[in-house]
Amino acid sequence: MTRRPLVSLLVTVTVLLAACGGSGGDGGGDAASEAAPTLTVYSGRSEELVRPVIEQFEGETGVPVQVRYGATAEMAGAILEEGDNSPADVFFAQDAGALGALSSEGRFAQLDAGTLEQVDPQFRSVNGDWVGVSGRARVAVYNTALLNEGALPDSILDFTDPSWKGRLGWAPTNGSFQAFVTALRVIEGETRAREWLEGIQANEPKVYGGNTAIVQAVAAGEIDAGFVNHYYLHRVKAENPDFPAANHLFPDGDVGSLVNVAGVGILEGSDQPDEARQLVEFLLSEPAQQYFSAETFEIPLVDGVAADPSLPPLETLQQPDLDLAQLSDLEGTLRLLTEVGVI
Amino acid sequence: MALLPAGYLAVRAADGGLDRLLATVASARTLELLVRTAGLAVAVTVTSVVLAVPLAWLTVRTDLPGRRVWAVLSALPLAIPTYIGAFAFVAALGPRGMVRDWLAPLGVEELPSIYGFPGAWLALTLFSYPYVLLTVRAALRRLDPSLEEASRTLGRGTRATFWHVTLPQLRPSITAGALLVALYTLSDFGAVSLLRFDSFTRVIYVQYQASLDRSAAASLGLVLVALTVVVLAVETRSRGRAAYHRLHAGGGRTPPVSALGRWRWPAALACGALVGVALVIPLGVVTYWLVRGLAAGEPLRLTATLVGHSLSASALGAVASVAAAWPVAVLAARHPGRLSRLVEGASYAGYALPGVVVALSLVFFGARVAPAIYQTRTMLVLAYVVLFLPQAVGAIRASLLQVNPSLEEASRLLGRSKVATTWSVVLPLVRPGALAGSALVFLTCMKELPATLLLAPTGYQTLATQVWNATSEAFFGRAAAPALALVLLSALPMAVLVLRESEREPAAPATGTTGSGPPEPDEEALAVSGWRPAPAS
Repeated sequence: MTRRPLVSLLVTVTVLLAACGGSGGDGGGDAASEAAPTLTVYSGRSEELVRPVIEQFEGETGVPVQVRYGATAEMAGAILEEGDNSPADVFFAQDAGALGALSSEGRFAQLDAGTLEQVDPQFRSVNGDWVGVSGRARVAVYNTALLNEGALPDSILDFTDPSWKGRLGWAPTNGSFQAFVTALRVIEGETRAREWLEGIQANEPKVYGGNTAIVQAVAAGEIDAGFVNHYYLHRVKAENPDFPAANHLFPDGDVGSLVNVAGVGILEGSDQPDEARQLVEFLLSEPAQQYFSAETFEIPLVDGVAADPSLPPLETLQQPDLDLAQLSDLEGTLRLLTEVGVI
Repeated sequence: MALLPAGYLAVRAADGGLDRLLATVASARTLELLVRTAGLAVAVTVTSVVLAVPLAWLTVRTDLPGRRVWAVLSALPLAIPTYIGAFAFVAALGPRGMVRDWLAPLGVEELPSIYGFPGAWLALTLFSYPYVLLTVRAALRRLDPSLEEASRTLGRGTRATFWHVTLPQLRPSITAGALLVALYTLSDFGAVSLLRFDSFTRVIYVQYQASLDRSAAASLGLVLVALTVVVLAVETRSRGRAAYHRLHAGGGRTPPVSALGRWRWPAALACGALVGVALVIPLGVVTYWLVRGLAAGEPLRLTATLVGHSLSASALGAVASVAAAWPVAVLAARHPGRLSRLVEGASYAGYALPGVVVALSLVFFGARVAPAIYQTRTMLVLAYVVLFLPQAVGAIRASLLQVNPSLEEASRLLGRSKVATTWSVVLPLVRPGALAGSALVFLTCMKELPATLLLAPTGYQTLATQVWNATSEAFFGRAAAPALALVLLSALPMAVLVLRESEREPAAPATGTTGSGPPEPDEEALAVSGWRPAPAS
């Protein structure tokens, strides 16, 4: 009697092993040895987002693609550890920092000038070995019922004015916010960055867990304005056009409207450089650029691509004078945020 | 193999030069992290013990109403990955979470923040106390009732007997469970990242995430290894000296059941409260996501392939871990000494390190040394073994210690070879331990994330990676079905084993009566280690 659960457990495990033992292999472990060459992509961007583009690429070119999904940093770490034996042909990263790290370790092959030139120099590698695919801008989102855009300052630095007391929201633990603080440190220096954080802190901002929460709080009138990435508002507005909020872009290359990019590079030593190039070209082609703009409301980086009409045109975004690949000292930023008592 | 991650860390840390290694290790920041991390580990471990010991006693030795149900339910929070559980806590208990929304009509504007230490403490305690629970429950079952009876006969009350006789005997099992809790706390990333507590693991991740600064991350990792060695040393010290004899080596009696009297229902209520927080809140939140997602027309995202991949990789991981644990456990149980302690301790190296460190060390090893198996399922299973070996070692060792060596000697005397003896005498007796150990490893493999993402065959998706995919883009509706499937499937073998053990217990209070037949050491083997009876004479 008492033996039964044990026996059934054993049987279940055995059956499952037998059943799955055969099917597990088509996950791709043996694919490398198969005859048809497969392009291997390491993606730091999520499958939800990337898979449709890859499927379209496969359909158009007939090049079979396998994608390994993970967090950008871990994928980059894996590529570094794999060294020359990396199975990856292409790395598609969420942010410029990881691309910069691989570039400086010499892990990327040179891209063609024709590929690079499609994208403005500020959104690609200074070494010519990775290229931005889509961009996201930092903005201040504000409540349109409570404020006119004219009431918002031209520089994010001016939000330290005491008139903003109790009216602001931010998400200090958010990665994009922290990248902005890193840029602030690089551009304005450590002292000014600290002063800004202390100034905002003195205005008693409400703290949120993420960008979406800030956008919702702004629309609810809980706060007048908050610091976010541009696309969260667009996602909400796509479902609810009357949502009472708008994005404010800081003009004249203000650090408040820093644009960070997702981008792509080809691994040095890839055994399929031609197919890899085809994929990079595809990501910069009109259909793929439009897909990112329509699906994620990110900003297409290729000139002349018709973006979603609600998005700020690329020309209006004036990037502060900064190499995105420099935004790597997150540890220093976290220390500063901790010292100021923000996190 | 198990030392590979530590070796990798040494190589990487040395890359940055000795000066830099020393500068990182000796910095004020590292010291602060050390204090914070150790503080969290101590707090989580102590609270886990405080929760688990009474709970174990209630579910094994009392007439608690619905005892079997509580026995199973109270062990199950272990199946909830912290990256799901902590998410659910934030959604439910966050400053603007669901609970606040319910309380809003009562004028509650904001709940106290659960971020930082309190949240990490709460989440890690609730999702890891079952390690202590399982070990203590097993030990309670094996206690020789005559000791307690003697104490009672000599005039001590129930309470005094518990404090002076029962509890001291439970010490090895408490320590063994506490060891797993402490080391798990050191390595966990899900809870500390979502609840924003700067532990070593979180900062190591930040080093990778921000700057791919591998040598700085590795230096911090080495400090973590050192911390692990300290924890292991403390554990060795506390289990090493005392001897815990059992008078009836083979077939003891079923221990007496205490009547709770008027405390029966309050005790059940307390169990309910704990299970409510640790199990119902996370599962409730995920179910809410599922319902909301389905209502919004989200696809289920639960395919047979995902389930198959998860189950087969985890089952293979469990089987391989048990196989690899066997020699280590035999060494530790049959030949105790400095060397065997060293081997056993080494098996913990992979367990206490952040998953991403272990995964990257295996990436390094796999791509450069063993490209033939790199990113195959073999590699993935190997990673699971490196990560979770100690769970299997502990379970098998505990079971082996219960096998009277004289049985083996008798078999050898009767002419069986060593192999045949192991096969036909030892193996059947240790089977419950091996089975329970594999249930534990299976459950842990099911929820493992970093190694699965980096080392599985490209395109090989599991329930855990699917949950990760969906939540990383904040598509909670799409994460819900795989998350529920993950928790339920990984809890299943564990639940079956716990239930099976509970079935054998007397249902009614029967103080002082003698059970018949030898209790089979089943759940004790779920328990991870700890019991060290003296060799039967």
